[in-house]
Amino acid sequence: MKNRWIGGRSIPKILALAVIVATACIMAGCAQKQDASKTQKAQALPPIKIAVVGSHSGDLASYGIPTVRAAELVVAQRNSVCGVNGRKVELIIEDDVCKPEIATNSATKVVGEGAQAVLGHICSGATKAALGIYKESKIVTMSPSATNPALTQSGEYPNFFRTIAADDAQAKLEVAFVLDVLKAKKIAVLHDKGDYGKGLAEFAKRFVEADSRGEVVLFEGITPGAVDYSAIVNKINQAGAEAVIYGGYHPEASKIVAQMRKKAMTTLFISDDGVKDDTFIKVAGEYAEGVYATGPVDTTQNPIAIEAIAAHKAKYGEEPGAFYLNAYAAILALINAFEKSCSTNYDDLVNALRSEWVATPLGIIKFDARGDAIGVGFAMYQVQSGKYVEVR
Amino acid sequence: MNFDYFFQLFLGGLTRGSIYALIALGYTMVYGIIELINFAHGEIYMIGAFTALIVIGVLTFAGWNGTAVLVIAAIVAMLYAAAYGWTMEKIAYKPLRKAPRLSALLSAIGMSLFLQNYVRLAQTANFLPFPNLIPDFAFLKPAARFIRPSEIVIYATTAIVMAGLTLLIKFTRMGKAMRATAQDREMAQLLGVDVDRVISTTFVLGSATAALGGVLIASHVGQINFYIGFLAGIKAFVAAVLGGIGSLPGAVLGSLVLGWTESFFTGYVSSDYEDAFAFLFLVLILIFRPSGILGRKAMEKV
Repeated sequence: MKNRWIGGRSIPKILALAVIVATACIMAGCAQKQDASKTQKAQALPPIKIAVVGSHSGDLASYGIPTVRAAELVVAQRNSVCGVNGRKVELIIEDDVCKPEIATNSATKVVGEGAQAVLGHICSGATKAALGIYKESKIVTMSPSATNPALTQSGEYPNFFRTIAADDAQAKLEVAFVLDVLKAKKIAVLHDKGDYGKGLAEFAKRFVEADSRGEVVLFEGITPGAVDYSAIVNKINQAGAEAVIYGGYHPEASKIVAQMRKKAMTTLFISDDGVKDDTFIKVAGEYAEGVYATGPVDTTQNPIAIEAIAAHKAKYGEEPGAFYLNAYAAILALINAFEKSCSTNYDDLVNALRSEWVATPLGIIKFDARGDAIGVGFAMYQVQSGKYVEVR
Repeated sequence: MNFDYFFQLFLGGLTRGSIYALIALGYTMVYGIIELINFAHGEIYMIGAFTALIVIGVLTFAGWNGTAVLVIAAIVAMLYAAAYGWTMEKIAYKPLRKAPRLSALLSAIGMSLFLQNYVRLAQTANFLPFPNLIPDFAFLKPAARFIRPSEIVIYATTAIVMAGLTLLIKFTRMGKAMRATAQDREMAQLLGVDVDRVISTTFVLGSATAALGGVLIASHVGQINFYIGFLAGIKAFVAAVLGGIGSLPGAVLGSLVLGWTESFFTGYVSSDYEDAFAFLFLVLILIFRPSGILGRKAMEKV
């Protein structure tokens, strides 16, 4: 017999237990708002429908599939206990192949199927294309992975939330750290001319310029892979910069830092998660000491994250893929919003998302007025005695 | 004009130029003798650096330290790289000596890709730290703001290698044979010059200088990976063409001009277009002096 763990208990007993548990869930969930007679009806209510839309096939499938898995794992677990306030959760899974033109079709389709919230989309472009449709239909949309800053910052999409930090979050943190904590005024912003590094550097420049306390004394791209950076190091010195914010990766960063230190320059060096890599410390050696770098908040100790990863390994026999924990956090936040608001009404859900803290693999989070998750994002680290240590 | 800043940029350019020159010397010598653009030269430079790193690791583990380690590592790296150069010539270029020149060029590019990927697989794709073994000369302490010991060593080595190779080619028997081979391979052979040996020697010497460059430059920069040879090789090739390919003083002059161009352009204009400007400059020089700054016009052989 397969279900040996049931042991000697009789089936009616188990059923009775299940009924008690279910009633307890309902009572706990919506007791304050709804009276007993209404909650009895709740059981008859149709399931809550959450659409999961993203790239599930094609080149970028590896970005979207972990989200589907996270949603399925969380929902299966919830449905096996008591669902959401006694209602089951149903997932509508739809592929957008990460293409904006297909994303609009997918969005129309899931709206037609009666989705009450959307987990997705995965790519920023597709998300932007679909958001207008969800906005018109008043559907809460939460992306685990769309990092384009404008999605939240433009204020155009009040229905949009995300459980990942925007592209400019690192630059924002770097600039705030330089101005508030390090109190540097003259700042040199450098980058490696790549998409990642240059994008970050441009944000950093904008944030410094927007703040009256700091001044960008130098903004330049360097040539990656060059044998020698003495010219640019001289230029930093000449510009009188007190701090360098560098957007790029560790090979160039370690050369620049080493050349600055060998020239006996004490200019502060602040960089991004392309540099927050142990290889940087290994290569730059003693010169790495004191360098600052932003990196994702460490979640390896978070019990929910450990549990989420274990659940994935148990079911699929492998490590979870990209954005898995972000998606896990997003589906938990959505379910939490349904539960706490006791409603499927758009305004109630939005209120719940903005006011209710929820424990997720990324930490305890809620959302700000623009839809970015508070508590998700980057932390500042510093190399101290050959290791990156979080700066608090 | 701020003279202090100008002087720093000047020295920075000198360092960069000397780095290019150390690699360009071997490049230009091989071209001068057999008219082959040896694209794998940069890879030999990289192999030199890797060999030195391994030797340094072993010696440091055995308790040695200081300049002795650097000297031994450099000698081992030069010998090892010379063996690579010799083998490479036998495998990839000798069978193609009578083939059209384009075939040899393709063979060189293939060799370059092969060596790169071989090191990547046999060693690692990661960046490795390279210890700085050049001692801190006490007399340089006051000038630390301007110049570092490793830079002095690079300047000196470049000058010595250039002078040494020039003397070798001008005044030794082997040098005479090299010049004869460069002028007319068949005639040289008819007159009793062992052309195979001359070409092998050329590769051995070129590879050894590349390896020496690899050791010193890696020590100066502080890090290596399997890809360093490609970029350095391209820049050195440009420098050699700029100076007049085939000419040893031309390679050094071209390298310095390239180094200064990059340094001053970065310092006074912007590093965003550093490479673009360096290559624009190359185009301009080649328009007015098609065979490079010190290059002689190639004579049509009859």
